[in-house]
Amino acid sequence: MAGSSSSIMDNLFQRTLDDLIKSMRLQLLNESTFISKSIEDIRREIKSTDPQTKSTALQKLTYLSAIHGVDMSWASFHVVEVMSSSLFSHKRIGYHAASISFHDSTPVLLLITNQLRKDLSSTNHFHASLALHCLSTIATLDLSRDLTPDLFNLLSSSRVFIRNKAIAVVLRVFDKYPDAVRVCFKRLVENLESSDPHVVTAVIGVFCELSSKDPRPYLQLAPEFHRILVNSKNNWILIKVLKIFARLAPLEPRLGKKIVEPICEHIRRSGAKSLVFECVRIVITSLSDHESAVKLAVSKIRELLVDQDPNLRYLGLHALSVAAPKHLWAVLENKDAVIKSLDDEDSNIKIESLRLLMAMVSESNVVEISRVLLNYALKSDPEFCNEILGSVLTTCGRNDYEIIVDFDWYVSLLGEMATIPHCQKDEEIENQLIDIGMRVKDARLQLVRVARDLLIDPALLGNVYLHRILCAAAWVAGEYVQLVRNPLELIDALVQPRTNLLPPSIRAVYINSVLKVLCFCLDCYLDQDEGTASSYCGNLAGGQSEMFLVKTHTEAPELVATTREGSNYEQDEGFNPRNTTIESSDDLSDENDTDRVGTLLSMKNFTHESVVSLLNRIELIFSSLTANQDVEVLERARNIFAFVQLVKAEIIDNSGQNVDKKYTQVSAVIKSIRDAFSMELGPVSISAQGRVAVPDGLVLNENLDDLKAICGDIELPSSSSFYTGGPQFGTASDASLSNLLKNDESGPSNESTSLLEHRKRHGLYYLASDKSETVPNDYPPANDPKANSNINDEADALAKLTEQSLLLKKRTNQMKPRPVVVKLDDGDAAPIPDKRPEPINDSLSGAIKDVLGSEANLSVSRSNPLDKSSTKRKGKKKLGTNLPSEMKENLGDAEKPDPENPNPSSKSKERRRRGKEKIVEGEEPEQRGKKKSSHRHGRHKTHQRANSPLNVVSQAPVIPDFLL
Amino acid sequence: MIRAVLVMNTQGKPRLAKFYEFMPVEKQQEIIRNVFAVLCSRPEHVSNFVDAESFFGPDARLVYKHLATLYFVFIFDGSENELAMLDLIQVFVETLDKCFRNVCELDVVFNYSKMHTILDEIIFGGQVLETSSTEVMKAVEEISKLDAASSAINLVPKSVSSWRSR
Repeated sequence: MAGSSSSIMDNLFQRTLDDLIKSMRLQLLNESTFISKSIEDIRREIKSTDPQTKSTALQKLTYLSAIHGVDMSWASFHVVEVMSSSLFSHKRIGYHAASISFHDSTPVLLLITNQLRKDLSSTNHFHASLALHCLSTIATLDLSRDLTPDLFNLLSSSRVFIRNKAIAVVLRVFDKYPDAVRVCFKRLVENLESSDPHVVTAVIGVFCELSSKDPRPYLQLAPEFHRILVNSKNNWILIKVLKIFARLAPLEPRLGKKIVEPICEHIRRSGAKSLVFECVRIVITSLSDHESAVKLAVSKIRELLVDQDPNLRYLGLHALSVAAPKHLWAVLENKDAVIKSLDDEDSNIKIESLRLLMAMVSESNVVEISRVLLNYALKSDPEFCNEILGSVLTTCGRNDYEIIVDFDWYVSLLGEMATIPHCQKDEEIENQLIDIGMRVKDARLQLVRVARDLLIDPALLGNVYLHRILCAAAWVAGEYVQLVRNPLELIDALVQPRTNLLPPSIRAVYINSVLKVLCFCLDCYLDQDEGTASSYCGNLAGGQSEMFLVKTHTEAPELVATTREGSNYEQDEGFNPRNTTIESSDDLSDENDTDRVGTLLSMKNFTHESVVSLLNRIELIFSSLTANQDVEVLERARNIFAFVQLVKAEIIDNSGQNVDKKYTQVSAVIKSIRDAFSMELGPVSISAQGRVAVPDGLVLNENLDDLKAICGDIELPSSSSFYTGGPQFGTASDASLSNLLKNDESGPSNESTSLLEHRKRHGLYYLASDKSETVPNDYPPANDPKANSNINDEADALAKLTEQSLLLKKRTNQMKPRPVVVKLDDGDAAPIPDKRPEPINDSLSGAIKDVLGSEANLSVSRSNPLDKSSTKRKGKKKLGTNLPSEMKENLGDAEKPDPENPNPSSKSKERRRRGKEKIVEGEEPEQRGKKKSSHRHGRHKTHQRANSPLNVVSQAPVIPDFLL
Repeated sequence: MIRAVLVMNTQGKPRLAKFYEFMPVEKQQEIIRNVFAVLCSRPEHVSNFVDAESFFGPDARLVYKHLATLYFVFIFDGSENELAMLDLIQVFVETLDKCFRNVCELDVVFNYSKMHTILDEIIFGGQVLETSSTEVMKAVEEISKLDAASSAINLVPKSVSSWRSR
């Protein structure tokens, strides 16, 4: 008694949903406190025995969950209770709550099967409708399996209101329980012939969704779809049918001819923009072989482009960019409209037109388009500015700068981009600067100039987005220092006070570059003085060549002949050691030549005083850095510091002595360092690592979790592969440097306290401090492997060069030949052949194929779906049809050439490399050919399969009936 | 397929949120916030399409309509036509207008379940089943009648039933 009265009280004073909403709107307090208070009430009310109170509480909870994101998973049992009420209003609340809160792992789902079955077969079609709605969002495997027979009945319901909902539910049921296809598919197809447009809408909608996952099985229904395409007057249905055909047409070439006429008819006749647009889309995506249709579609696109409505303009541009890969002429024809759209206030339209502009870019117009775009970038908002810069960078960098002919121009463009105020594309510009440096020898001079301009401006150091670009510039300047006009100025730029704004990792690169430039200056200075002491140098160089076998001395005389008359052999060797390895004397352009002379002249400016003051300055600056917090900076600074001290002492000491005997030690040291730096850094293929044979006894899959504990707080190096190349190179050279300096390096300045502490903490990881000099030796020597690849590159480059000269004859209007761009032997990231997307639900397609097959076979075999023997028989058949297709796929895989591993059997690295080298030229077209042929094979096979006896008589008869 | 229907006001407060695939409430709220952030940054009189891949997975597009103080947002995938979706928003709004006579934000706020009833008659499990607002109205009226009849049997009449059947 007391219980029931309290529930009546509850009921009387319960707040309804409207009360809740009202008081929430009046609520001046915090919304979240109000909600949590309401939830408290709901938790109490929902336990009430009175169904009205309970359902109202649930309704409030559902509202709070949907609008305010309150969790309601705790109430799932109450949802089931309310669902099972016999009152429609309660039931509705319950079903709604279930559809928004239940999901596959809700435990109480098992309890609702019977309730759903009851409601599905209810005479009140609104009850059935509620159940269908609920099923359409929450159906699971179990629910689908158990309710399939009920759905089967509803599929032929006389009430359209129910029938089309049942049809729509089938989509979810097929997805969860593919075997339902065997039961329901036939009825589904029958509904295609319904005279009621609502039913047809629903069925076509289902087929549209089904075909988006795997269109192949529905090819047999093409005649039905075609009939609808020709006869239907309903735009919704037509759009969906077109969507289906867009997926079917690429599978069956004969289909295109059949549908192209009705589609063109719709384009011409229809007044509905949505339908016309859909027609245009199918023509440009799936019917691009039908020329007249494409022309018609493009003319429609042109109408869209000049429309007042921004939506249509946007869609027009969008359609153009879909058409661009196959029909570039369509884009070029509308060039004006596209460029005009770049000024649109709508960012969608702007981005779309940018994409189109980039599609238009070619070798001949890249300069103009980039200029136009950069001007837009300067005046547009930061977001779009970066969008522009990003797409210019990607387009120009595509396929190893395929469209760039004038690299001097491009390098300057990169420099210009870097200085655009909103530029945030630091990473890409950094990568490209270094990449071009490594790949394009002819661009290095300009690259160094651009780098110098960037480095020398103190204002740029304050912009964090420029740091990575400056890092690349510093590396470039140090690496190609022999092309620098004024090395002293460069050193000043690299050590200017504002460099302390740089992050330590980049500062380390700066310091390394200082070392390179400094060595170069000293080298020049010494060689200047040693003009007469060449005999000594000869010995020295001889000794070196034993250590560094890379150098090919025989080439040097030719070089001397072209670059500098009268200079002796050793001297030139000293000046430009790198040139002997990188440039065969033939490919020196005139400009390069004169510039080299210019550099040589500038070198003569090194006087004793200038060198000493330079050394003093560096000593002063780096003495302050030897207390730096960052290990990388600290170590490099200390190396330079020690080096400078060593060199300075000797240079000052020897200043007055006889020319013949001086600088022996310094010369030896500098030569060694210069040689360490002289090795060419080449681009390395991403897959290079994979080609290294794993040595015996190395377990790559070993669990390295223990290491994590040790290395946990060590900062990971930047992900850029080039960047990691830099420091690695540096450490290797540091190693040789520190080895050389080992004897001299002594005294109290050896260890800073922070470093000591650090070592103590990570004692496990670091070797004992006195052995620290040997640690860098553990790094793979940066130079050794490249020695060989260098030779390969050269041969490669020569081959390219001849090719180039052939090309030149053809293209006479070209002012300057495109410089050689070093490509990797196996094409950097060989485009991995697109794997055909695996059909997502194989079982579903299999089931559908099966059902369609049996239907075509004998329509009499309308078997009772629950008949076990028949399903078993079908199951067998399914196995039969699936098997060959699987086998075929495997075959297809085997046929595909594997670019990653063209010669898996050869273990010898040497042989492998040579083999690849040979492939370089011919590989791509050959591969393409192969791909094509395998593709053809594939298609051929499908035809075969269609006629093969294995696949029953099923597929063969249906399509030809319609198509031929 | 339509993935979600959202109605929110120009302050970013959601008024209706219907997701056709299950989604945890936190994720729902996050999507609503993200959508609003994009919408409110767009000026008037620009195109109504937004790329929704960043917050709704691959191939997701978004079309919206800004009417008075409300944004109507449909999120859908490649199986739907963009312009047809824009038309569908129109159908939805027209139906609301017929139902509430000059619909305004307050109607949407106070008629949570009726909004869902209307929407459910147009979109079923992510598929468009009905595009005529008169047909939708017919069904909605019948459901309301049934609803009112079933709650009228109740012993304790609720002050609300008048509201609900409005």
